[in-house]
Amino acid sequence: MPPVPAIGRAIPRREGVAKVTGRARYVDDLSLPGMLHGLTVRSPVPRGIIRAVHYGAGVPWDEITVVTAADIPGRNVVALILDDQPYLAADRINHAEEPILLLAHADKQLLEEARRLVTFDIEPLPAVFTLDDALSGAPIIWGENNLFKSYFVGRGDVDAAFADAPIVVEGVYETGAQEQLYIEPNGMLAVAGDASGVTVWGSMQCPYYIHKAIAGLFAMPLERIRVVQMETGGGFGGKEEYPSIIAGHAALLAWKSGRPVKMIYDRAEDMVATTKRHPSRTRHRTAVSRDGTLLGMDIDFMIDGGAYCTLSPVVLSRGTIHASGPYFCPNIRIRGRAVATNLPPHGAFRGFGAPQSIFALERHMDRVAAAIGLQPDELRRRNFIRPGQVSAVGQVMADRVDMDAILDRALDMADYHQKRTRFAAANVAAGRTRKGIGFATFMHGAGFTGSGEDHLASIVSVEATADGTVRVLSASTEIGQGTNTIFSQIAADALGVDVEAIEIAQPDTAVVPNSGPTVASRTCMVVGKLLETACRNLRAALTDSGHLASDGDLRQACRAYVRERGPLRASAHYQPNEAARWDDERYQGDAYGSYAWAAYVAEVTVDLVTFETRIDDFVAVQEVGRVIHPVLATGQIEGGVAQAIGWALYEDVVWREGRMANSQMTNYIMPTSVDLPPIRVHFEEVPYQHGPAGAKGIGELPMDGPAPAIANAIAHATGVDVRRVPFTPEMLAHLVEAAGA
Amino acid sequence: MRSWLAQYEMRSASDLGEALDLLSRWPGEWTPFAGGTDLMVLLEAGKLPRRRFVDLWRINELRGIAASADSVRIGALATYTDLLTDPIIAAEFPLVAAAARETGAVAIQNRGTVGGNIANASPAADLPPALLVYGAALELASSRGRRHVAYESFHFGYKRMDLAADELIVGVTLPRERRAQGERGAGWQHRETYRKVGTRRAQAISKICFAASVDLDGGVVRDIRIALGSVAPTVVRARSAEESVRNQPIGSQTIAAARLALRADISPIDDIRSTADYRLRVAGNLLEELLS
Ligand SMILES: Cc1cc2nc3c(=O)[nH]c(=O)nc-3n(C[C@H](O)[C@H](O)[C@H](O)COP(=O)(O)OP(=O)(O)OC[C@H]3O[C@@H](n4cnc5c(N)ncnc54)[C@H](O)[C@@H]3O)c2cc1C
Repeated sequence: MPPVPAIGRAIPRREGVAKVTGRARYVDDLSLPGMLHGLTVRSPVPRGIIRAVHYGAGVPWDEITVVTAADIPGRNVVALILDDQPYLAADRINHAEEPILLLAHADKQLLEEARRLVTFDIEPLPAVFTLDDALSGAPIIWGENNLFKSYFVGRGDVDAAFADAPIVVEGVYETGAQEQLYIEPNGMLAVAGDASGVTVWGSMQCPYYIHKAIAGLFAMPLERIRVVQMETGGGFGGKEEYPSIIAGHAALLAWKSGRPVKMIYDRAEDMVATTKRHPSRTRHRTAVSRDGTLLGMDIDFMIDGGAYCTLSPVVLSRGTIHASGPYFCPNIRIRGRAVATNLPPHGAFRGFGAPQSIFALERHMDRVAAAIGLQPDELRRRNFIRPGQVSAVGQVMADRVDMDAILDRALDMADYHQKRTRFAAANVAAGRTRKGIGFATFMHGAGFTGSGEDHLASIVSVEATADGTVRVLSASTEIGQGTNTIFSQIAADALGVDVEAIEIAQPDTAVVPNSGPTVASRTCMVVGKLLETACRNLRAALTDSGHLASDGDLRQACRAYVRERGPLRASAHYQPNEAARWDDERYQGDAYGSYAWAAYVAEVTVDLVTFETRIDDFVAVQEVGRVIHPVLATGQIEGGVAQAIGWALYEDVVWREGRMANSQMTNYIMPTSVDLPPIRVHFEEVPYQHGPAGAKGIGELPMDGPAPAIANAIAHATGVDVRRVPFTPEMLAHLVEAAGA
Repeated sequence: MRSWLAQYEMRSASDLGEALDLLSRWPGEWTPFAGGTDLMVLLEAGKLPRRRFVDLWRINELRGIAASADSVRIGALATYTDLLTDPIIAAEFPLVAAAARETGAVAIQNRGTVGGNIANASPAADLPPALLVYGAALELASSRGRRHVAYESFHFGYKRMDLAADELIVGVTLPRERRAQGERGAGWQHRETYRKVGTRRAQAISKICFAASVDLDGGVVRDIRIALGSVAPTVVRARSAEESVRNQPIGSQTIAAARLALRADISPIDDIRSTADYRLRVAGNLLEELLS
């Protein structure tokens, strides 16, 4: 009897028992004989030239391993998109907290004292902290013009559209940095030597990024590098590119000391020194007809990349492509720029540029609606992109998208129209609180942009074991989001077994093929599809060899095959979609294989005594293809909404001389469970033909909608125009006062 | 943990005499350690300059909450949980109970103490405004003897207070007499308000903390006591604002005068948690809310 299909059921999390019983092993649970602890000595200034280093008396320096840039055996470069970021500053400092020296010793606390005793003579240089200073080039701190990357995309004749337009609405919108705040800080354990090569174990999203970076750092062939993912306590993008740095540092100390070295950041270091969400500024000019048809969109989107390029070009690209939202407009021009400042490099964070540009657009759309006297939902309905229409980058929408239905459902669940009228009437009375309701409609592309997946050329393998189970071999990591569980479901159904017959191999570059990074909402949709194909291939191999009859038992077939013939492995390689076109030069074509579509509604109360905003209700409706695991999928949405509420209302990185001044959880305010509303999640399921069992990507989507929905609700409640994330009580106090005066 | 533990020393006192003896023999050398919820944060961050600590946790005579006819005495080692489970505090000192409820979360409430909160002298501490409203007095002890000081005159500058290096806070006394005012006229109204403004609803450090009690007689302010945290170098009693409304009928003029007078009581600043402007405005709003 074939097992009940696993897909669509809320099976228990595969690693759940190990996590709740404490058996799951994180990198800080590892210890090797003779192991040292490592730590990083960082720059106290944002920009300058190192003239001298002093090692103050008070600790036994002869027992401490010290690594400087001069000790690096290979290239002093963190390999990513450009080769501009050093592992250790040799003489030039480009941001506060930039790593300069590494220390290792068996006694971690003594090492802390040693870190306090290291001082530098640094000749300071003028630094750049704002987008405006970066653009004006005063001074030039990176390249020729402080620009990491620019894009110009668009279609139609924008200038002509504006020349004839009856109504033009303009606005500037800004968003601040955000810390990922995964529960487990960054950490790595390394062993390195001439004979052994380099092995690192740690907390990460992308084993093969580290693999490549370490190979360059040590000038070693890839076969001599091994990267192993330990159980990882969250990532949110914060463990996409940054772990290459801490892994390299631990490996350098291990190399020089000849001992295993473990480096674990504490919360303060993780917050002050590692990547955050890119701050942004978006300028919108919109030409619209009196009946609310979009005639022209002119968008200037800018992100602050910090001191080194890291992933800024790709963050910029996603933000740029999403800047015109789920709408059709015949004349669109979007300029995107990523600029350099002397802040610590900003990096990957759930949503990857899209939350920034979508905030701007969706707040702006409410302002456009107000300018022409239309209801916000009516304006959107008149402009939603429909199947067959063309996006800003020229992608013909192939999805069976029905944004009207999604919006209807969300507004209905939230009782939007009734509340909108009721609140507006009640707010006229002079109470101490004001109520409002607002929404945002948006989409999020899953997988790498454009030809990205073709370049990644991901591979997934599965192998039959002697005891009849099937092992999944992929580099896609479980970071709390549910990879192990959905992979088990996908594999089980493709093979026709129950999930207990599936094992997920620990991501270890010595064992698993490169299935690409665990980012970009691609794990389920892209890697999951490869897994489904690999499983079908394995089944076919067993059938072909005569070990598996059509109604036969797969476990028995595996056992028999392995016993008789030895190991059996099947793989799937990513195959470019022949129908998809993408032009990297002109940045035109099919930007994403598929999009998830959504409408989110927020209901708020603003306290006019303290100017605090409380979210009373939140509705999240989305179309994400087939839902593989209802509980995990709902959890992804709830978690993303919570994280976005943090960004929208609470989380404010305070910069002082280019350094995060509030790098503690007491003063970087993230919401607690009592600050969050009920989050009501609903999925529309329209199967996607290229996803496993019809699934699309989902992880980043929920980060995009809450900030503009909340901004629109606050505007509805108070009548003030909120244009900068986060909407702190301080900012609202100012706006309300200015409006009242 | 950024401190080098080898550099620190802790001695556990078994009674008050032993603790006071240690403090008096080497004045300034030993630092009291009660619940440790403020001190451990500094230790973790590698920012704890004092190196030798005397642990007070086992000194039973510093524990407990005891009521007499005219006052309630709270031992310096009383925790927030102790405050929250005491029936007299709940019935007669609701601002103290509210402060305890809004301090930290359960772990901190079980371990953090009243004496530690006062002696840590943070201007953002949440209990002191409530103590100021109730006219608390502190009992201080050293091997030289005991003395009582009005809490209102205890703090006199940022982290500066009327506490000698060899002294411990041993208790806090709250007078009960004003609680018992039963037979008032029909127009008599008593209000108490505690408002902690910290942006998030739990585990917040106050941007503004506001505690007040007011007695109205036919709409005229009779007794009024207002205290604030996070708006000056110390927690403060808003004497000018109180004075400006005492014996005045409640109304928009009184409120405007009180808002103006409040500016003389507080001196908020910009810091990483908030702005002077916001604190001033919201402190005024809270005052207005109290009087509306
Ligand atoms: C997560 C967290 C949340 C917190 N939330 C809040 C909050 O919401 N509101 C708030 O006000 N505080 C808060 N605090 C701060 C702290 O918990 C309180 O101030 C607590 O009351 C301190 O008491 P303690 O006994 O732990 O002090 P300790 O850390 O032991 O001591 C603090 C200071 O007081 C001195 N001291 C202690 N007892 C005496 C005594 N009897 N005589 C003389 N000196 C003494 C010590 O030498 C030290 O200088 C929080 C702390 C943490 C870690």
